[in-house]
Amino acid sequence: MLGLGSDLLWADMNRLLRLLFHEGVLDEHFLQLHHLQDESSPNFVSEVINMYFHESEKLLNNLRSLLIHTHTHDYNKMGIHLNQLIGSSSSIGAKRLTTLCLAFRAATHHSNRPGCLRALEMLEHEYCYLKNKLHELFHIEQQRALAAAARYPLHNNNQ
Amino acid sequence: MVCEKESECIEDMEVEILPSMWPEDIGSEVGKQFNIEKPGRDQDMLEDVTIIEEPTIADFKRLMELTNFTEKGSSQLAYLMKHWEYKQANASRLLREELDSLSKQRQDVELRKMEILEEHRFEEERYGGDKRPVSILEDVYDIWQDVPRRKNKVVVQNKRIEIDAAEYDTVKYWKQRALHSEKLLEASIQREQILQEKLQERIKNIERQSSPVEELSQILKRADNFLHFILQNAPVVIGHQDKELRYRFIYNHFPSLQEEDIIGKTDIEIFTGSGVKESQEFKREVLEKGLPAKREITFETELFGSKTFLIYVEPVFSKAGETIGINYMGMDVTDQVRKRERMAKIREEIAVQKAKETELNKTIHITEETMRAKQMLATMSHEIRSPLSGVESGVMKLEATKFRPREVLKHVLQTAAASLQKILTLEGHVSDDVPIEVVGDVLRIRQILTNLISNAIKFTHEGKVGINLYVVSGTQANEDRCLSTPQSSSDRNLLDAQRHDHPPSQNHAFHGECISPVKSECSANGDTEEHHHSTETTVWIRCDVYDTGIGIPETAIPTLFKRYMQVGADHTRKYGGTGLGLAICKQLVELMGGDLTVSSKEHHGSTFTFILPYKVSIIEENSDDTDELSDMENDEGTCDDTTESFFQFQPRTLGSLFSSNGSSRTQKLLTHKIGYTSSNTSECSFSFPSHDIISKGTCSVQDSSLVVDTPEISESSASSSGQSRETNIENVVSRDKYCQDKGIADSSKHMVAALEMDIATKSSELQQKFKVQGNVTSIFASELTKSTSKPKILLVEDSKINIMVTQSMMKQLGHSIDVVNNGAEAVRAVQQCSYDLVLMDVCMPIMNGLQATKLIRSFEESGKWDAARKALMELNLADLDYECSGPSKKRIPIVAMTANALSESAEECFANGMDSFVSKPVTFQKLKECLEQYLS
Repeated sequence: MLGLGSDLLWADMNRLLRLLFHEGVLDEHFLQLHHLQDESSPNFVSEVINMYFHESEKLLNNLRSLLIHTHTHDYNKMGIHLNQLIGSSSSIGAKRLTTLCLAFRAATHHSNRPGCLRALEMLEHEYCYLKNKLHELFHIEQQRALAAAARYPLHNNNQ
Repeated sequence: MVCEKESECIEDMEVEILPSMWPEDIGSEVGKQFNIEKPGRDQDMLEDVTIIEEPTIADFKRLMELTNFTEKGSSQLAYLMKHWEYKQANASRLLREELDSLSKQRQDVELRKMEILEEHRFEEERYGGDKRPVSILEDVYDIWQDVPRRKNKVVVQNKRIEIDAAEYDTVKYWKQRALHSEKLLEASIQREQILQEKLQERIKNIERQSSPVEELSQILKRADNFLHFILQNAPVVIGHQDKELRYRFIYNHFPSLQEEDIIGKTDIEIFTGSGVKESQEFKREVLEKGLPAKREITFETELFGSKTFLIYVEPVFSKAGETIGINYMGMDVTDQVRKRERMAKIREEIAVQKAKETELNKTIHITEETMRAKQMLATMSHEIRSPLSGVESGVMKLEATKFRPREVLKHVLQTAAASLQKILTLEGHVSDDVPIEVVGDVLRIRQILTNLISNAIKFTHEGKVGINLYVVSGTQANEDRCLSTPQSSSDRNLLDAQRHDHPPSQNHAFHGECISPVKSECSANGDTEEHHHSTETTVWIRCDVYDTGIGIPETAIPTLFKRYMQVGADHTRKYGGTGLGLAICKQLVELMGGDLTVSSKEHHGSTFTFILPYKVSIIEENSDDTDELSDMENDEGTCDDTTESFFQFQPRTLGSLFSSNGSSRTQKLLTHKIGYTSSNTSECSFSFPSHDIISKGTCSVQDSSLVVDTPEISESSASSSGQSRETNIENVVSRDKYCQDKGIADSSKHMVAALEMDIATKSSELQQKFKVQGNVTSIFASELTKSTSKPKILLVEDSKINIMVTQSMMKQLGHSIDVVNNGAEAVRAVQQCSYDLVLMDVCMPIMNGLQATKLIRSFEESGKWDAARKALMELNLADLDYECSGPSKKRIPIVAMTANALSESAEECFANGMDSFVSKPVTFQKLKECLEQYLS
């Protein structure tokens, strides 16, 4: 059962990935991350993604505080944060998030506060969506790994 | 049979003769007579050429008028008329010929007809006479029956065959003959009619083909076509304007204008803008003067913009000789004019450039002169200043010092040669009996000599200027003086005194207040001489300063030594100077107990002679006693032979004067600083003594000072930098040699580094020299490291995610990388370690990638981290390690990693010294390509 489950989970994972690719949430860079994962760094992808969320959360908080809580809107600084977010997002293949960041950055260039606010909201929404989906993905992945690792003694004997 | 032959003959004639008389193609032959090709062929020839007839607009009425009234027109008409008449005549001649031949034929035919009729009548008569009775009686029926039948049958020949010899001479036979003849006649008449018709037709043809109007119009058309063919593409406007300058004809007018816009109007009515009026006036001028003229006019009109036309206007005269208009031809020469103007501009610029160059050369020359003059002045002023004040006030001190006359002589000549602006030879002779060292006031003597020499040079334009030194006995000296110039009474007193009392120390007895200070000073200063006082003798040395100059007129000699006097006002203007020099010299000489005289021959030269007494010590002096001499003399002393007796300074070209002077100074400094001891050359060589430096194997002690001294040399002889650089090279060579001699073979790198340290504070020229060596060693060093280890890659990136990703990729590509998080750290890392490749993020906190790259590049170029230090200081960051500023590096490839932000344009990357860029996100492929490009 568990062995079969592994395949099912694999299919689930692929379906989810397909959805995310189809929606334009992710692109091929996300797959490239998986290529970088090997025996020497088995958890590379999850490590990177975790770090990404960690960093991005900070950046988003900074952006929010810069845009809402301070009176002097330092668009320059926002631009720097966004550049960082763009760099990391594009590296992990978070395509839609990257695109939103670009739009946000354009708004900061024009010192367009309403635009920035709108972009920030969308960015936060997208961030949450991505985070949830990737969590889901990693969850399935984890289960799959567990399932794949689980072997019946009989099974082992047969092999 | 005869009959048959005849009929055949007639028939033949008809067929053969006619064509030979009337060739079928009369038309073409007519044409050939006029040398006109067939019009058809004309058209063939111009078939490919499309002739646009549009641009011609002609007022035909006016054309008619023109042809009627102008001389050219009438001559043209006359020609055409003649032509036409000639053709007419020819055509009528032909027609007449034809008519003649036709009428002749007709005559022939009629004649024949007559003959036949005659014959027939005769036969009938005969027939009637002979046969009638018979026929009526015998065979009337037969005749009437036969003949009509035969007639009905028509075919005569058939019947003829039937006619037998037996029937000959019968009535029937004759009837038949008559009928036959009649038929022939009929045929003949018919032919005649045909011929006549043909004739008519030909006449018509001739009329049609060779009508002169048609032909002429063809000729005209051809000419017209030809003109069109030539003119349609030419940028040429042709026009005819009448007396009021209204256009009557124009060809190739401006395309947007219509016929009605031009014909009947003047230029001013058609165009507006500059140039229009000018052209109108020009045309009017031609019209008035009646002479053709050309002019270039630039138009600036709304219609066709700015265009330049070369316009040719020619007056048109009527038969009566009055101008009735102008022909005008304009050609668009805008491009040519533009080119021409450009050329002119360029030429002008070249001229200006040349003028500037000349000016510059002049300035350079003037600067050189000024510097030369300055130098001269510096020497002179020193020498003139003190005596002036001293002599003037009358309380001059004379100082007694030991000096070497040869050295003084040489130095004076040398100084003069250095500031020489003429091609003169300067020479000095010192006779052997002149002591090596004498005691006297060397400063004053030198002043006198310098003054006399500079005077001599001033008034000498070619040849030589020189000084002779030789010893004379006291009496001889006095006699010489007596002979040379008239003396003042005080001078005589002096002479007498000197004659009797040779030691000049006693002079003050005779010359009271004047000489007394001399003696007292002498004793006061002469601390060294005092030991030798007992052994002193006096020697009189005569000094001749001669030249081959303009000389002095005899009349001027008495006033020569008076103050502010020159030979003439002209001389003052020409040669300048105050006229004070000689007076002072004379006074100085006299103060020292001698005399100054002159002998001169105008245009041949002058010789100034002064004889002075000097004390000589018999005991050989040590050179360390000469410390009272001026520094300069000290220099001389080191490289001069004490017994040198001849000096010569050959003329040099103006340009090399300066540098030769420089080199001599360089030499002096060098010899002085290095402690170069005299070589025993009898003539002081001015060639660069580099061999001496090299040969000086054991110069270890002086090495350090040598390095320090070099900039001084290069500064002091700016113009002879080439030579000073040589020195430096030599220095290095000698250092190298020294190092190797000591067996420190492996310290070469050390040495270069050490040198670099030294040189860093010195002139840039030197620095470059050594930097080259420094680079070589560092490259060598880096090559070593490269061959032994993997390429070192530095990643400069602030984003942790990107670092992780890139690092991981690099790992898979088989490279390990160093990572720093901002530009400042990157600069530090590059300073401390030599990398083979730097991957640089552009947007980073603290210091961005562009700035860091710039700093790294500036280090690579200058070998100094100063710029980086300054930048870090400004950012309040820790300073760089001083110890680590090792040898300069080769250019590190720096690849930018950009996220395509606006502030990260590729141009900016390149401008800041980056080699290429990789756009983010980085992929395997991009990274691999990058590594392959820069690490292969």
